[in-house]
Amino acid sequence: MKKKHQPLLRNSGFQALIASLFCILLGLLIGYIVLLFINPNGAWKAITTVVKNFLYYPRPNKQLQYLGDTMVKTAPLLMCSLSILFAYKVGLFNIGAAGQYVMGAGASLYCALAWHMPWYICLLAAIVAGAFWGSLSGLLKAYCNVNEVISCIMLNWIGLYLINILLTTVKEVASPYTLELAGYSPGSMLPNLGLNTLFNNSKYVTIAIPLSILMAVFIWILLSKTKFGFELRATGLNKEAARYCGMKEKYNIIITMAISGALAGMGAALLFLTGFEKWSCTQSSVPAMGFNGIAAGFLGGLHPIGAIFSSYFIQHITNGGAYVDKTMFSAQISDLISAIIIYLCAFVFFLKQFFTGVANHREEKRAGKTNEKMGGEKQ
Amino acid sequence: MTLLLQYTLVFSSVLLLVALGGCFSEHSGIINIGLEGIMVVGALGGALAMRFLPASVGTFGIVSLSILSALILGSLYSLLLAVAAINFKADQTLVGTALNLLGVAASTVIVKAMNTSMDPNNVSSTIQYIAAKKAFLVNIRGFEFNWFMLLAVVALAIAYVLLYKTRFGLRLQACGEHPASADSVGISVAKMRYAGVLISGVLGGIGGLVYITAGVSEWKFENGVAGFGFLALAVMIFGQWKPLRIALAALIFGLFRALSNVYTGFDFLAALNVPSGIYNMLPYIVSLVVLALTSGKSRAPKAEGIPYDKGGR
Repeated sequence: MKKKHQPLLRNSGFQALIASLFCILLGLLIGYIVLLFINPNGAWKAITTVVKNFLYYPRPNKQLQYLGDTMVKTAPLLMCSLSILFAYKVGLFNIGAAGQYVMGAGASLYCALAWHMPWYICLLAAIVAGAFWGSLSGLLKAYCNVNEVISCIMLNWIGLYLINILLTTVKEVASPYTLELAGYSPGSMLPNLGLNTLFNNSKYVTIAIPLSILMAVFIWILLSKTKFGFELRATGLNKEAARYCGMKEKYNIIITMAISGALAGMGAALLFLTGFEKWSCTQSSVPAMGFNGIAAGFLGGLHPIGAIFSSYFIQHITNGGAYVDKTMFSAQISDLISAIIIYLCAFVFFLKQFFTGVANHREEKRAGKTNEKMGGEKQ
Repeated sequence: MTLLLQYTLVFSSVLLLVALGGCFSEHSGIINIGLEGIMVVGALGGALAMRFLPASVGTFGIVSLSILSALILGSLYSLLLAVAAINFKADQTLVGTALNLLGVAASTVIVKAMNTSMDPNNVSSTIQYIAAKKAFLVNIRGFEFNWFMLLAVVALAIAYVLLYKTRFGLRLQACGEHPASADSVGISVAKMRYAGVLISGVLGGIGGLVYITAGVSEWKFENGVAGFGFLALAVMIFGQWKPLRIALAALIFGLFRALSNVYTGFDFLAALNVPSGIYNMLPYIVSLVVLALTSGKSRAPKAEGIPYDKGGR
């Protein structure tokens, strides 16, 4: 049987793509208007700097190196966005990705710096720590009816102070930062398998980047091609119906939060085990990575493969923010743009309905025309 | 001890104001996760007023005008939630999260731009308002009385009367419990929900202003309000969406928050030699435990978080 032709506007993937592009363009436009208000002279230059990011450097090998840097930070962001979209598919809003990320960072760095464990153990420790932290929210939701958003936020702050205390034992004497990973525990660094040669021998490009993409594919398969994924999504769509069908909805909530937490925890290890960043033990705010993951997850249309591209985009403009002229604007303008994009993402549902409406309207028109034609032939 | 009392009362006032705001929004049927962002924006409004008002307007002028500025900015900002959630039926959790991120990012950008335009070497994200802040404080034998403590009590009384004794309050609650029946007797659900969100914006904005005047030093906008908006939501849940119980809950949470500020003043607590991080964690741990114990028999408004669809009646 021939597959029925479906208008492009009805295709949900196409709708999501157009909606995301719309959010990006409108987000940049609003960001630009804000910049115009702040300082009309430098606004255009600033917004192009944010969008260009590494292309800011004229020489190609420098560009490659900074492209590498952007990708190094894209890997954890992708993991966080996977964490959020995975939970969201099951009807849970995991705003705690930030806290699970913090736990992952703490566990991996502690295993590396205090016990000099090999990298795969450190990575595993981060996954376990993140999963544990996530499952706490799941347990509270399943058995005590605590809204996961509130419990996640509380756990974010508890996690932050906990990890600050833990990592103070492995920090440099003179600074609030943790010890240099390359110097103290080179065996804990993620291997690069020669990937770094592709990026002008960037020190920080490791297997983290392909690993995160593999995880995106894995999550995609898990959610859309397996019975387990189907059960989880069914629980998300209708908890009562899922229970009626014999699915264990409490267990599903806990396991979802655990997997979601594991993804965020792993994301932290993928960043901190490259040595790209150190943990500051006096940090008084939860790292933005988990929150940017929300932006990336929704911008990617809540699809794991879409998340790869949206994560890169969000990280691209976040890094680009670092290059703006500091005498006029602050680096936070890229945070501002991504926050605007998240806000706009809330309208995606409406946009999709709008597209479907347009498609319906067109079909009606066409149907009306063919009817007229047929009527004409009869006469 | 006076210091502990003073901080407890200040932090309780913040929590009470913001939690009452959340209470109005949720009774109308809109979950306001974005209180944190609303607080930051309200704080920005208040701080700007304190910074730029001339000293000639007097103490009363500074107090009332900066409160006015905070509540106007807070309520304008909350409109972003109202439009998305009521007119466009957006996911309220997502919009709220966006407001939280947007509030911090936008205020940081604005404050930094303002600072660097006045002095190119100044890249900090603080506003100088220490001098004007004194207008809010009355020193009574070592105890710093803050006018906001009084304001919080007044707000509590008004909220109680408004919610239970007026036609408006009862209609508001109807929209959160069963919007379809409210609609069927001619109450505009959209208008009521707008009112609920705007009230939460007003109270959240004032709460943000109280939060920044509570600290000893100037406040960095990039730090946001450290989860206070969410603590307020926890207070609201613990208070079972009822103003008087919310007030009690706010006192308890305020006490734990104050402990982390002043524990060094108590010899026996200082002698325990516990890392300061533990005290910082305390309010959050307490709220988790309390939520775990009290959320089972939740009295949340039944229709909260669900966009009202006239066609679905």
